[in-house]
Amino acid sequence: MSLARDIADLGAVTSRLDTVGASSGALSNRNLIINGAMEVAQRGTSQTGVNKYGVDRFITQSSNASIVSAQVSDAPDGFSHSLKLTNGGTDTGTGAYREVKYAVEGYDLAHWQKDTQSLTMSFWVKSSLAGTYQVAFRTDSGTDYWYSFAYTVSANTWTFVTHVIPPSPNSTLSSDNLSGLSIFFVQYYPDNWISGAATTNWETSSATSMATFPQHWANTANATWQLTGCQLELGDKGTDFEHRSYADELQKCKRYFESKSFTTFVEIGYSNGTTSAHCILPYLEKRAAPTVTLPTAGTGTNELTFRTPTGANPSTTGSNTAYDLTTTQGRIQGGSYAGLTAGGLSTLYLNGTANVTFDSEL
Amino acid sequence: MNITSAQYLKSEFDGSISTIKATIDEQEMSVPIDTGNRHYAAVLEWAKEDSNEIAEAD
Repeated sequence: MSLARDIADLGAVTSRLDTVGASSGALSNRNLIINGAMEVAQRGTSQTGVNKYGVDRFITQSSNASIVSAQVSDAPDGFSHSLKLTNGGTDTGTGAYREVKYAVEGYDLAHWQKDTQSLTMSFWVKSSLAGTYQVAFRTDSGTDYWYSFAYTVSANTWTFVTHVIPPSPNSTLSSDNLSGLSIFFVQYYPDNWISGAATTNWETSSATSMATFPQHWANTANATWQLTGCQLELGDKGTDFEHRSYADELQKCKRYFESKSFTTFVEIGYSNGTTSAHCILPYLEKRAAPTVTLPTAGTGTNELTFRTPTGANPSTTGSNTAYDLTTTQGRIQGGSYAGLTAGGLSTLYLNGTANVTFDSEL
Repeated sequence: MNITSAQYLKSEFDGSISTIKATIDEQEMSVPIDTGNRHYAAVLEWAKEDSNEIAEAD
């Protein structure tokens, strides 16, 4: 390689770094969105219903429960996955809506100089229904402020969208473990929710920040909408998507949701009577104390029970609940059992394989 | 969230109450009494409706 070639290459790299540096001054961790490439789907790759996470951190909210949220491999060049909504049931009422929500934790916005510094939002999007859609932003502490912008897509065509969001008038945004900023990728809001003409400013009402939707995605049978490459960064210059390793994204996601798979023995516990037992259940540190979902109590296939010190099933399996939940551990409590050994060890036994989930989403 | 039942749970160990057993979206969940937890916030909103209440612990 010639010296001239080396110098030319160095120039290109320097230019690239200047672009990144101009956005936020950060060369890494620029993207405030976790799982923006839609690679992590701990809850499964296809789910039907409202309040479902087709991929981690992105929740689908809908007035119709037949909506499907899925992680699919259809994605633009440079990405391997996207989040795909399929409108399984149509709606025409005044409450008909569809949206995907992402919440940014307050701690992750601590360095945003919100009164003087812009944000830049970038993403790839595709819909089976051509038209103009909107993205809304809401600051979530103190007085709610709303900002939105529109984007237009042709049918079934991946489209890159980037938009600069002006500084926010919300001076009381907290830097804590609660939601600091909510982002709504709206497929459809009904006309009665919207004043009719969007402004270009942050508003104290969602209605005045948004325009009416010219197409009715919620009332279009089997309409699809896809999202990937989602990046939110400080400053007024969008940069290339910051790809992080799968391991990094998974660990970030687990602050908000963790699914632990167990086979046979789960933990060792203690029976403080013949009817009750306890064991400690650790997990990765969560944003806040998580909601815990346990396998069905019982001794059948994929069911969970406390056992006696000799490994025998109790004569009756009672109920199991999670207790004393903190950000790092909880306790599983078995109650209303019969046939445990008072004052003895008790294994928490799973007859097969099942998951325990810990949900600390915003 | 579709909440259909909620009940405070008493610890078998020391009698304290730190969890609500709730059925949310047809699934039974252990919900911590923590204002930062979205399910707890939803249960509190649900309990404000006329016919709903969080049942006392057994």
